Amino acid sequence: MSMPAMSGQHGRHRGGSRIVVVAISILCLIFLAAIVGPLFSPYTYLDSDLDARLIEPTRDAMRFFGTDDLGRDLFVRTLMGVRISLAVALVATFVSLVIGVVYGAIAGYVGGKVDAVMMRLVDTLYALPFIFFVILLMVYFGQNFLLIFVAIGAVNWLDMARIVRGQTLSLREREFVESARLIGVSPARIIFRHIMPNLLGVVVVYVTLTVPQAILIESFMSFLGLGIQEPQTSLGSLVNNGVRHMENAPWILLIPASLLALILMCFNFLGDGLRDQLDPQEQTE
Amino acid sequence: MQQRGALRFALTRLLSAMPTLFLIIVLAFMMMHAAPGGPFDEERAMPPETAANIARAYHLDEPLPQQFMRYFGALVQGDLGPSYRYPGYSVAELISGAMFLSLTLGALAMLCALVVGIAAGVVAALRKHTLIDRLVTGLAMMGISVPLFVIVPIFVLVFAVNLGWLPASWSGTDSRIRYLLPVIALALPQIAYVARLTRGSMIEIMNSDFIRTARAQGLDTLTIVRRHALRPALLPLLSYLGPAIAAVLTGSVVVEQILGIPGLGQLFVRGALNRDYTLVLGIVIFYATLVIALNLIVDIVYGFLDPRIRNR
Repeated sequence: MSMPAMSGQHGRHRGGSRIVVVAISILCLIFLAAIVGPLFSPYTYLDSDLDARLIEPTRDAMRFFGTDDLGRDLFVRTLMGVRISLAVALVATFVSLVIGVVYGAIAGYVGGKVDAVMMRLVDTLYALPFIFFVILLMVYFGQNFLLIFVAIGAVNWLDMARIVRGQTLSLREREFVESARLIGVSPARIIFRHIMPNLLGVVVVYVTLTVPQAILIESFMSFLGLGIQEPQTSLGSLVNNGVRHMENAPWILLIPASLLALILMCFNFLGDGLRDQLDPQEQTE
Repeated sequence: MQQRGALRFALTRLLSAMPTLFLIIVLAFMMMHAAPGGPFDEERAMPPETAANIARAYHLDEPLPQQFMRYFGALVQGDLGPSYRYPGYSVAELISGAMFLSLTLGALAMLCALVVGIAAGVVAALRKHTLIDRLVTGLAMMGISVPLFVIVPIFVLVFAVNLGWLPASWSGTDSRIRYLLPVIALALPQIAYVARLTRGSMIEIMNSDFIRTARAQGLDTLTIVRRHALRPALLPLLSYLGPAIAAVLTGSVVVEQILGIPGLGQLFVRGALNRDYTLVLGIVIFYATLVIALNLIVDIVYGFLDPRIRNR
């Protein structure tokens, strides 16, 4: 399905895929560092050394990112923060993936009035300031790890549902679906066995665009003090702590902030690049 | 005939907004009461008589449906109940005290986003694939990717702490200049989205037949853009306004928190951290109403401008 888009056309595509490759490489590097980095440091994310507070980043004693106001090593803490932010984002993305794909495929396949009502609901939900509902949830039910995953996932499925529905609408009319229907395959089986596998390409693209959103929501809540709780950490809570000390110790803010920005940018460039290549209709030009 | 169609469209949209709002209120209310533990649970157990008295004072001893009817009945009259953590204040008082500042900042930011974003988008579209275009699309990508709670502290660090051009905190000064930082910060991500959207639809429009006709008639680019291309190109932007409003509200929570602006966002975060249930519930309902109302207006305006929408 993506073949005509991949072949031909100007040098633009080569430029696009270069960005994709760069973005993937940077992301891989960061994730690798997050996984193995803490193993090489003599410090843990918990230990606080009150004699080593607010040390600037230096190679001495392996304080690559310095220490915070409690004398905790920021190299280890930042990498742990990346780990947690990523874990939350991946699980949340999975939740939104499941909801979005099932919802979109059903709406698109059934069509008619059901489709109209289901999509009207999505339109309505779209405009709501969802983050406030997530915060509401956190306030009432306490800061529960699992709940963060589910809440973020439950907020993020709308885009996915829309895209999947659009694809399903056109897949529904294709011959292989028609022949499946002719030989009496049940609608549920058609949706799961025949439609969904064909959605893979589009879904992969939108997953790469959903992950940064999930990272963003998680770090936003942790920044407000409503997400990950001390002594656990995430990029958002690190930035939050950095803000408090930015006047005399700017590195506490700048390192996790720029790492977060870099990760988000890479994901967005990656998703955008993939979308341009897989889906010529969606191209911005 | 056409006018009647538009009016009918507006009315159906208005009617369909009502159940949405009602559903949100019910949902938020249920969530509050499904929460484990009451709002007055303290570390130290209080005597049962006191607990019963507090429960009676706030009608927490009544059955849930009755509590909801009481809450909803008051809500219709604009009464959101008493705050649990600011004794003596009603939620409505707290909200109306903080509302004006937040709405002013939000409106200014939206205005700024539309003006700058549209201009940047149009320029990028007309100079497609040049340096300016790359600059605009690259910056827009950054504006979309880098979260506000990263941008704002860095701005404060650079412009207030290091350069000393702007006041670092809201309460430190009375002059208008203190609006600058929050408005720019709130506007930045929206500028990015608006520029991208405008660029995309502008490029599409500029490739269409009627623009080619206008070109063939010998009109210069500026006239074509102003008289023919801009209006249809901006139409898709209208449907982005709804999500943009929601995003600005979310953003204001961060901006107010960092800069210490006593607006609705700060009130909300404080309420959330203090577990002030009625206050949080009230603000969520207020936000939802605001967003739904603004979306409704956008929707109806869209329907009037583009008749195709009405028959969807």
